[in-house]
Parts: sequence; structure tokens; C-alpha cells
Amino acid sequence: MTRGRVWKFGDNINTDIVYPGRYLKSFLPPEEMAKHAMEGAGPDFSKNVQPGDIIVAGRNFGCGSSREEAVTSLKATRIGGIVAESFARIFFRNAVNVGLPVLECKGITQRVKGGDILEVEFKTGLIKNVSTGEEIKTLPLPDFMMMILDKGGLIPYTKEKLSLMKKEKHTSKSYRS
Amino acid sequence: MHAVEKILAKAAGKKKVQAGEIVNAKVDVAMVHERAGPRVADHFEELGAEKVFDESKVVITFDHNVPPPTVENAEAQKKFRSFIKKYGFIKVYTGGTGICHQLVPEKGHAWPGAVIVGTDSHTTTYGAFGSFATGIGHTEMASVLALGELWLRVPEAMKFNITGKTPPIVMAKDIALKIAGQIGEEGALYKVMEFAGPIIEEMSIDGRMVFTNMSVEMGAKAGFMEPDEKTLEYVSKRTGKNYPPITTDKNYEYGDIIDVDVSLLEPLVAYHHSVANVKPVTEFEGTEIDQALLGTCTGGRMEDLRIAAKILKGQKVNPDTRLIVIPASAEIYLDAIQEGLINTLIEAGGIVCPPGCGPCTGGHMGVLAAGEVCLSAANRNFKGRMGSVDSLLYLASPATVAASAIEGKITDPRKYLKRRLST
Repeated sequence: MTRGRVWKFGDNINTDIVYPGRYLKSFLPPEEMAKHAMEGAGPDFSKNVQPGDIIVAGRNFGCGSSREEAVTSLKATRIGGIVAESFARIFFRNAVNVGLPVLECKGITQRVKGGDILEVEFKTGLIKNVSTGEEIKTLPLPDFMMMILDKGGLIPYTKEKLSLMKKEKHTSKSYRS
Repeated sequence: MHAVEKILAKAAGKKKVQAGEIVNAKVDVAMVHERAGPRVADHFEELGAEKVFDESKVVITFDHNVPPPTVENAEAQKKFRSFIKKYGFIKVYTGGTGICHQLVPEKGHAWPGAVIVGTDSHTTTYGAFGSFATGIGHTEMASVLALGELWLRVPEAMKFNITGKTPPIVMAKDIALKIAGQIGEEGALYKVMEFAGPIIEEMSIDGRMVFTNMSVEMGAKAGFMEPDEKTLEYVSKRTGKNYPPITTDKNYEYGDIIDVDVSLLEPLVAYHHSVANVKPVTEFEGTEIDQALLGTCTGGRMEDLRIAAKILKGQKVNPDTRLIVIPASAEIYLDAIQEGLINTLIEAGGIVCPPGCGPCTGGHMGVLAAGEVCLSAANRNFKGRMGSVDSLLYLASPATVAASAIEGKITDPRKYLKRRLST
């Protein structure tokens, strides 16, 4: 369960708002990237975000570029995760791939204000607005994506797959010989 | 089945798949550009894979920031070049060759039925050749380079039937903007946008690519067009092979079919900060611009340079405006020189830059100061994308960009077309 304060954003928050293109050519390390996270929406977020805080956003969060820096910079701020009405597909995939919890929840922006305290169970899709006492239930990630997220992202997942492939290759080789 | 379902079924080694299903698809082409490359390289090393799944299936381009604009960027590109050497990649297009989304088809790496993934959201462009093509992130690309496959959710298809008679000077970009204005930035979320109908049939390959390129601006996972004679001829010329087209079954039922009649369409402009903020150019006439950008993976092809040169011939770019011209590839650049287009554009006062993405992603070659305004032939007008967070971006067709560069303010290109026709 993740508990944190809500940072609320609107619809169609694009990747140039999350991590502006002008920083891309510098290939900054994650801790430096964190200083520019959500910069397109103003300096407030990166200055005041606390580990565990939760982003609540409207529709199509993370639309635009495939730049993974958009999720890496947010992950580097150590937020607890993102709950949005909907996500743009590349951002959604990238988030799971780097191990940043995400949850789609229709109607969330109507029921949560900036500054509210939320408790989110990304595994089950249960959201509790501690500030209002309201409980909201949404569908968790599909099992397959949850499995990748549980492993800590796509790197550990692919590593495991590669080592299995290596083992199989080894077994089949020794069988032939 | 839909053509895209057939493509994904084949890539997953299955007879049948349907929308919503998750499949493990083998990749025919993996495209990595230098803006993502150094990050992909780090993740690939982290995986500890012994080798790349198939070097011949990887296409590498240097396009986002070429030549390198800063020391730190040069260092990152240097690192990426060592990675390329270490793993023996062969299909490498160095700086100045062009933008990935022009090079992949131009160099014969897109064909009907191919599954293509790229580290760029506009990878959707290759759907114009009957491929299934979509953008992925750095970590995912590292995994693809190791495994040669990735999981994909089979997308639903949405068909746009484009009909009518295109008015003079109205370009593919205007039609694409009309659709964006109609369905919005999330109108095709997770779906395949298929473009069809007589207008697409009569359109050039250059024009068709604008639609699939911009499909991601409406949230699409992929853009798609059924290959016709024109596509097959292009692909066979570029790949040296004949690929059979993969088509949708006659009895396939689309979730959405949207008819778009272009007969009364006017040149359009999308104002900041959304591609869906679309209105006729006449509503913005007189808006002063500091920069006009003719280029990018949306508006830097031959047809775009041709119409711009036609409008700018014998004219001068307004002294308060810089016109930045970036051919989408070296081949286009050379053809444009041969046709005399580059002469015309330079004589008019244009700044011609080497093929690449230019200022579109805020990297270099024409980034904007606070308060500056750019009218761009590109596909995105997000806040701060081309430089200062306080700059403004408008999107339009290459014809509108050219006419506006002359006047230093947003201008209806029909004014210049009329003048040309009467002389």
C-alpha cells in the first residue's frame, strides 16, 4: 500500500510538460532529471514533492513523445505512483517497464483534490481518500503487466527470460551430445 | 481479421488473434535513434545479454541532435558509437543522412506485413507502407535487442474514410489536422487509425505518411493504410523485393468508421498547446511569427519543399522572421538541389540546415526565446517543446508556413497560390 499526498494535474499532460525536450540532449542522471520533473506545469512540483506522494491526473496522461525520461524523472522524485483517468500508451508501458506503479481510474479527478491524502493499493486497485473517507475501486493492471511491475520492471523480467533461454539451450545441447 | 491482426498473428506464430489479446510478437525491424541510443545501450549492458538478437534487423539513425550541439551531447553520441561498434550493427545511418521516419522507408526497412518498433513515438509513420509500427521506450528497446520480441496488446481498428475533392493548396497536413480537431488528442487512444478512401488513393507517398505520422498525436498505437499499387511500387524499389500486401477481410467489422469529406476544407492551423486546437488559417491571419519551420518527419519531404519553393519563388522572407528549412533526408536534399528548390529557398532568405529533426524537439537549430512564436510544419505544438516554456507553437501545412514566412505573420497560402496562377 502506498500512502501519500496528492499532486493533481489535468487532461492531456504531455511529455514536454513532464520532462521538457530541451533537457534531453544533456542525458542527465536520474537525480538531476528529478529536478525538472513536471517543469512544464511550473516549478512547484519538483521543489516540493515528497517521497510517496501520488500524482492524480486526468485523461491521456503522458501523451506525446516516447522519451523514457518522462517516467524516469518522475520515478526519481520517488513518488508512490500515478493514478489517472487514462494514460497514453507509450508512457503507460514505460512506467511499468521502469517499475513506476500506475493505475487507471475513471472518475478519480472528480473525487480527489490536490493536497488530499490517498492510500493506494496498486495491486488490487483499491484507493482510499483518507481526507474524505471515500473508497474508490478500480481495475488493477492486467496480470501480465503486474508481473513485470512486481519483478521491478522489464530489466529483471528480461534478465530472467534470458537466463532461462540460456539454460534451455544448454540442456538441449547436452541432450544432443 | 483486420490486416493488423493478421500481421500480429503471424508475428506471434498464431493462426488467429483478436483485438484485446496479448501476444508475444517477433520483431522484423527495431529502429533506434541517437537521442535514445545512449540510454538503450546502458539498459542493454544492464541486461547482460551476450549478443543482439539479429544485427541485420536493427536500424540505427543519427537525427535528433546532429551534428552534436553541446559537449555533453557529443560525449553521449560518442558512447553510442562505441556501443554500435562493440555489437557490430550494420544498418547505421550517420548524422546528415536524415530523419529516422524518412530513412526507414527510404532505405527499404518498411514493407507490408512487417512488425517495426522504434524508440520514437512517430514510428507509427511506417503504417503508410502496410507495416505494423509503434513506438517504445529505452528499456523496452534494450529488451527487444536482446530477445527479438515484445508483448503487444492487439489493438482495435478505427477507419477514416477520406472522400471528396481536395481544394487547391489544401495539403495532407490540413486533412490530418482536421481529423485531430475532430477526434482530439485521445480520440484514438490504444487503437489503430486506418486511413482509406479516394483521397488517400490519389495521394502521393509523401502525403500519406503525414497521416500515419500524426496518428500518435491522437493517441493511436499505430497508423495503417492498405498497400496499393503505389505502395508496392515504392516498397519494391526501396527494398528490392516484392512483398505481398496483407489486407483486411471483407467481412471484418470496424468498431468505428468515420467519414471525412475534404471538399470544403480550408488551410488549417492548430494553435498552442494542442494539436486538437484546430481552426481555419483565416482566424489567425495577422498573428506575428518569429520563426517559420519547414521540415521534420511531418513536413520536410519533396512535396513540402516543392510547394514552399513555389510560394517563395521571387519573394523575400520577412526580416523579422527566420525561415528554417530542413530537408527530411540527404536524398531529398540532393533532389531539391537538383530541382532548384534549395536555390529558391535560400534566395528568399531561408536558413537551410542539415537533414535531421532540427528544433522540433527543442534540441538545436532554431530554438525559441521566451515570448517568441513559431509556425511549424511539424506535428506537435506542446508548451515549451521548441525552447522556452514561454514560447508559442502553431502548426500548419508547409504551404501555410511558406506564405507566412513572407509576411512575418500567419497568412492564408491561397493568397500566394492565386498570385502564382495569375502570373
